[in-house]
Amino acid sequence: MAVTTSPERDIVATPMQRATREALYAGAIALGLFVLFIGLRTDQNISNELILVQRWWLLAVVVVLTMAGRFLYVAYGQPFLANQKIVDVATGLLPESMATRFFRLPYFIAAIVIVAVLAFLAGSLDGLLGPGLAGYARFLRALAIIYALASVMFYFRTFIHAHFSALGITALALYPIIVVLVLALYGGSVAAGFQGSLKWVDNYGIQILIYVMLAWGLNIVVGLAGLLDLGYVAFYAVGAYAYALLGTQYGLSFWILLPAAGAMAAFWGVLLGFPVLRLRGDYLAIVTLAFGEIIRLVLINWREVTNGSAGITGIPKVTFFGLMTFNVSDPNYIAKVLDIATSSAYYKIFLYYLILGLCLLTAFVTIRLRRMPVGRAWEALREDEIACRSLGINTTTTKLTAFATGAMFGGFAGSFFAARQGFVSPESFIFLESAIILAIVVLGGMGSLVGIAVAAMVMIGGTEVLRELDFLKQVFGPDFTPELYRMLLFGMAMVIVMLWKPRGFVGSREPTAFLKERRAVSGSFTKEGHG
Amino acid sequence: MQYFVQQLINGLTLGSIYGLIAIGYTMVYGIIGMINFAHGDIFMVGAFTALIVFLILGALFYSVPVVIALLVMMIVAMLLTSLYNWTIEKVAYRPLRGSFRLAPLITAIGMSIALSNFVQVTQGPRNKPIPPMVSKVYNIEGVSVSLKQIVIVIVTALLLALFWYLVNKTSLGRAQRACEQDRKMAALLGIDVDRTISITFVMGAALAAVAGTLFLMYYGVIAFSDGFTPGVKAFTAAVLGGIGSLPGAVLGGLMIGFIESMWSAYFSIDYKDVAAFSILAIVLIFLPSGILGRPEVEKV
Amino acid sequence: MSDASPSVNDAILQVEHLSMKFGGLVAIGDLSFQARRGEITALIGPNGAGKTTVFNCITGFYKPSEGMLTLNRRDGSSYLLERLPNHEIPARAKVARTFQNIRLFSGMTLLENLLVAQHNKLMKASGYTILGLFGFSGYRTASAESIDLARHWLEKADLVDRADDPAGDLPYGAQRRLEIARAMCTGPELLCLDEPAAGLNPKESMALNALLMDIKDNTGTSILLIEHDMAVVMQISDHVVVLEYGRKISDGSPHAVRTDPRVIAAYLGVEDEDVETVLIEVGDEDVIEQLDTGPDATHGPGSSSSYFAGPVTDTVGHSEGERVTVSKGASKAGQVDARSGAARPASPAEAKPEKPSAAKSSTAKPAAKAPAKPKTPGDSNRGGGNE
Repeated sequence: MAVTTSPERDIVATPMQRATREALYAGAIALGLFVLFIGLRTDQNISNELILVQRWWLLAVVVVLTMAGRFLYVAYGQPFLANQKIVDVATGLLPESMATRFFRLPYFIAAIVIVAVLAFLAGSLDGLLGPGLAGYARFLRALAIIYALASVMFYFRTFIHAHFSALGITALALYPIIVVLVLALYGGSVAAGFQGSLKWVDNYGIQILIYVMLAWGLNIVVGLAGLLDLGYVAFYAVGAYAYALLGTQYGLSFWILLPAAGAMAAFWGVLLGFPVLRLRGDYLAIVTLAFGEIIRLVLINWREVTNGSAGITGIPKVTFFGLMTFNVSDPNYIAKVLDIATSSAYYKIFLYYLILGLCLLTAFVTIRLRRMPVGRAWEALREDEIACRSLGINTTTTKLTAFATGAMFGGFAGSFFAARQGFVSPESFIFLESAIILAIVVLGGMGSLVGIAVAAMVMIGGTEVLRELDFLKQVFGPDFTPELYRMLLFGMAMVIVMLWKPRGFVGSREPTAFLKERRAVSGSFTKEGHG
Repeated sequence: MQYFVQQLINGLTLGSIYGLIAIGYTMVYGIIGMINFAHGDIFMVGAFTALIVFLILGALFYSVPVVIALLVMMIVAMLLTSLYNWTIEKVAYRPLRGSFRLAPLITAIGMSIALSNFVQVTQGPRNKPIPPMVSKVYNIEGVSVSLKQIVIVIVTALLLALFWYLVNKTSLGRAQRACEQDRKMAALLGIDVDRTISITFVMGAALAAVAGTLFLMYYGVIAFSDGFTPGVKAFTAAVLGGIGSLPGAVLGGLMIGFIESMWSAYFSIDYKDVAAFSILAIVLIFLPSGILGRPEVEKV
Repeated sequence: MSDASPSVNDAILQVEHLSMKFGGLVAIGDLSFQARRGEITALIGPNGAGKTTVFNCITGFYKPSEGMLTLNRRDGSSYLLERLPNHEIPARAKVARTFQNIRLFSGMTLLENLLVAQHNKLMKASGYTILGLFGFSGYRTASAESIDLARHWLEKADLVDRADDPAGDLPYGAQRRLEIARAMCTGPELLCLDEPAAGLNPKESMALNALLMDIKDNTGTSILLIEHDMAVVMQISDHVVVLEYGRKISDGSPHAVRTDPRVIAAYLGVEDEDVETVLIEVGDEDVIEQLDTGPDATHGPGSSSSYFAGPVTDTVGHSEGERVTVSKGASKAGQVDARSGAARPASPAEAKPEKPSAAKSSTAKPAAKAPAKPKTPGDSNRGGGNE
């Protein structure tokens, strides 16, 4: 049953023999794992009894695919990796030769041509190719666009690497404008541009930025102070409900409630922090998890105040700093004031810039704090708590400030979330959210703001892309819903990325002060904290 | 009084199931110091396997004696669930052993998400109810004890006895305890550490599979998302008892079971989980290493 | 009690009737001693004598079962250390310490390590973070000053070239020096060093001596030191306190302590009346010559059950100017030997070629490297079995 074989036999076996054997093992294991779960499906019949539907062909396909994958990996993948040293151990990046072979000018031109042709034919694709092939064509177009963009980025890679933060912020600031412009050109009118931008700005932009902000907030607790917090979503919930309740009950404005929600979340952070700070390691983890669950359960069960699982609806929208609103019926509706066409996209674009601003605030404060005694004390705490105490650092208040600061940003993000959704319910604050945020922090590289932002983009954006793959229905039949696989793939991606880079995308640490030159500290020296 | 005894029995039943799952958490924690977050979902896979085996038995035979059906369900569930946990350990945890401490925690969370969604994708998102397998209820002086509860308690007790024997009296158990104390030294003394860790995962999964089968029999329904809550409760139980301590896991499981049933009976059923989590927090404030856990000595 | 009885104001640290019990085990029993201001006080004793426990009581990591620990600061204020919370001892009573197992912030650069040590000062300067967050100039000045102080100590510790490297990247000896520099950045009046020379090679050990003497002479910081390396102890300390099984057995100048029969007995593990016998047995020139053989400078401390679990070579600098080299295996005998060596200026070890010394210390003669592999004849190892 073992996948690895004894070394004596390895010497004798050629790669092909080994690959065949490994493939057989993998097939046997896959058969064992999937025989009941894929081979059979439990379904309800008309009289609501469970029956089994047999799907042996699917099982066979999955097992054969597993075997083929294992065979290819052992026979070609492993020797290739071993010989080419394809992954540079230090950076985890592909070496130049491999990448340059992949990104070549002719390919780039071909991609541009494909995009241009397909864009030109956009309107008549369905007629020309039929709906099935048109789906593939659109997918091809998307791939070509991604390839072309990647080629451009590859070509300018040294420049991008050198100015990553500035370029990133510029790109984020211009993102809605570019989206609207591209879609306006494509659709032929400004209105279409705004309408089409909704999805891109809201589902991708705002969604990802909320996670970036949450992960940057949690990064203070986990990445800097080294305290493992599995209940971070509780502070997010406190912020969201603070805005939802106070906004609907008392009609207070977002601009008053945003700091209030942050303060309230910070207060809860301190409240939670006090009793649990003596706990270490995994005990701290489970208590924070329990705290997150307690908050959620109270939100569900305290129906008089929170309206239970049904949640709170009708949360007021954010105003444009009190000058203009985004409600069509209001006299100072933005379109009326500025005398432009009515569109719901203005609000989304405004929210996008709002969350971008909040993110930048978080980043600014984090960077500033790291260079201040309290931030250094957080990192010192992660490295060695006893040494901290021997230097006169009050570890209790240091931990509490980390908890409170992290919680405060969670609270900000929460009130923004409530304003954006216009609706909150306990459903949004389950443990899975905490896990996703923590995963983004660890996958990005603890303590690294850039790494975390990239991780959020990859993980959240990547799973969001699955919603776009409607053409797969042509392949797997109309019942196939790619969204269903979203979380399955998300979980697998977490595992794969972690195996690939256990220290996250950015494993090194930027020192906060330097005498002669600033050199990043390799991840192998930093500790992950005990709590 | 009768009401109290009734709750005691309910709590014991629930606590047995939690205890069985908690052992898996505590063993893995003891030996490699990691929280196996996917364990709750391993429990769910066990319950689902039992469900499918139950349906297969129903489809193949006209009638099967309940005892045999339960036994077959349990054994198949133990085998397949062990295979799952064995594979997961091999694929997702072993390559990260000895690396950054949070990395295996993240892969475990990833595996947990992947497992529950795998079951959702392959088996559908709905609740899966089965007809009651055992419905006999005894009434002893006003206290009703269902046969299901008796089965659960007896099976748990038998398994724990077997498990205790394995850990304390066999060379396998000795190897496990040695690895728990000092993995490097154990390896130097000729213990196959990888194999011992694999077996630990297999044992934990087998117990979780039994818990899953009992859970299915007791509640008669399972869904893909049912791994999380019992998983978290069992983890809470393991920590409450002192993570790393096997008797602690059983004790913690029973305590959580009792707290839940008593709280639902005397206070409010809505807040039973809140009560369990709050008591965990309170206990940890006074006993930072749980009830039976070894207190962590701060070495200066 | 010590032969010289200093006035109360002279003492920076007074330990009175200190007891520490762990369950039934008495780690320290009724210990009283004083550390005088501006001096280096060494705390020595066989392994398990409770030296580190004394340190942990002084620095607040343990709360003593009984007793009083008074720290008198230069400005006249006194602190009862056993009543202060852990982190306030460095902050308010100005006691800094290092650890037996080096505890650096290994993922932070050397400079950052020294900046963390100035936490409390910088916290105040940054208005408890709030003013600093908005970029007030007060914090910027304080920040620049703290970097200057860090640079000062990095230069003292000879680490300034590596200021921007992670602390975990340093070799062992440099880590020890960095830990001392970090402790000094807290601006202490009493510096407690837990085996600063453990695992250092002779050259590093000498650099350490120089650093400690520099601290003593130039900052006015008093030093309390646990050390197994007798070279360090005898060369630099002004006052030695000897512990055995948690009790004080001797107290006085290095010379007085070394000739104290009780100390000899503790280290040799023999009865008092046997001391002379041992002396006769091992005080032989042949033995010393045999000891002085193969060089083994890189050898670190072993987990040996020997009383002297220091580096393999212990060079005992004699106050009269003789230097007697003994090896680890014979270190118990070496104590006795050191005494007899006083009467015999032409010790064989003296004839060995010496490297130019880097030690600037004036109180002791250079204890350059005189490595020896323990190739101990059976009889010189006699005390070892008697622990």
